[in-house]
Amino acid sequence: MAIGMSYGAIAVTSGFPLWVPAVQSVLVLAGASEFLFIGIVAAGGSPIAAAMAGLLVNARHLPYGLALPPGVTGRGWRRLAGTHVMNDESVVFALAQDDLPGKRAAYWACGLGVLICWPGGAVLGALIGSAVHNTSTFGLDAMFPAVILALIVPDLRNRMTLRAALAAAAIALIATPFLPAGLPVLLALAAVFLLARAPDAAREADAAREADGHPEADGHPEAGPSPAPRSRPAPSPAAQSRPAPSGTAQSRPAQSRPAP
Amino acid sequence: MKDSTLVVAGMATLAAGTYAFRLSGQVLRARVSFPPRAARLLEAAAVILLAALVATTALTEGHGFSGFARPAGVLAAGVLAWRKAPFLVVVITAAAVTAVARLLGVP
Repeated sequence: MAIGMSYGAIAVTSGFPLWVPAVQSVLVLAGASEFLFIGIVAAGGSPIAAAMAGLLVNARHLPYGLALPPGVTGRGWRRLAGTHVMNDESVVFALAQDDLPGKRAAYWACGLGVLICWPGGAVLGALIGSAVHNTSTFGLDAMFPAVILALIVPDLRNRMTLRAALAAAAIALIATPFLPAGLPVLLALAAVFLLARAPDAAREADAAREADGHPEADGHPEAGPSPAPRSRPAPSPAAQSRPAPSGTAQSRPAQSRPAP
Repeated sequence: MKDSTLVVAGMATLAAGTYAFRLSGQVLRARVSFPPRAARLLEAAAVILLAALVATTALTEGHGFSGFARPAGVLAAGVLAWRKAPFLVVVITAAAVTAVARLLGVP
């Protein structure tokens, strides 16, 4: 809700009309990508390039869908609606439950909660933001990078990710004077090669995961990827591979989107 | 704001593509196995994009340097976030530090 409010306020103070954050929060319903979209367009980048960057951020929903047992999102027409409320929170809470009815209930409760809080917060924030005229006097321009930073800090505790993120920041900063707005951020994606070329660390993580006794005997080898990039306080493989109901719920950091 | 037709097109692309990602994972589940390593790279790619966005929005304005007030606020927020301060405290600190710096005449 608080993140939704900052999103709405930032979008409006960046020069977007109120309907942009309102419509986007309902139709996209994935916070980080919406921030990215607003940020790139506000800096003068092409909306299409911004959409592509947003889609890259949202590509994590594909492994989420692979990790969810069939039936969690519902059946028939309900599944079409249930698919839309798939997000970091609903997936991690669903996976933490033991049986299918429990998973389904957790998924829908969390998904619908976000569906109400996120757009509600965005509209409220946009209304408040519309009332402020001199945004730089109040330091509101510092809020946007601060929000994004707060959202990714849990991931940055992983040393490899931190290194790649710093490289990405350097690439984007060096490119900014020379490239059209929006492109430096996309160019910074090259930093992902730092991770792709570091198989040792990745293999270690894999080994730790398997050693933790995740035999994948349930016949879903694809359930391995951690479904919660934003919801873990520390990158501990042990905590990830065994989503005990209480453990996962309690391990949500303060930075996570607060429940209603 | 810029050309709103293009903005609407961008929003529609983002919304439709995101829904497609959400649906295709479930549809593919029975047929393919997604390597965990690829999933981790996808996660990292998202963090990398956002980190680059933090750097550019904190330090630059147009094609030049933004001045010191804004990065100072973001840095303060980053330290608080790292120490697991509540989200609202982090964000308000960023705005407050920047506002006070400007009040003192820092660009």
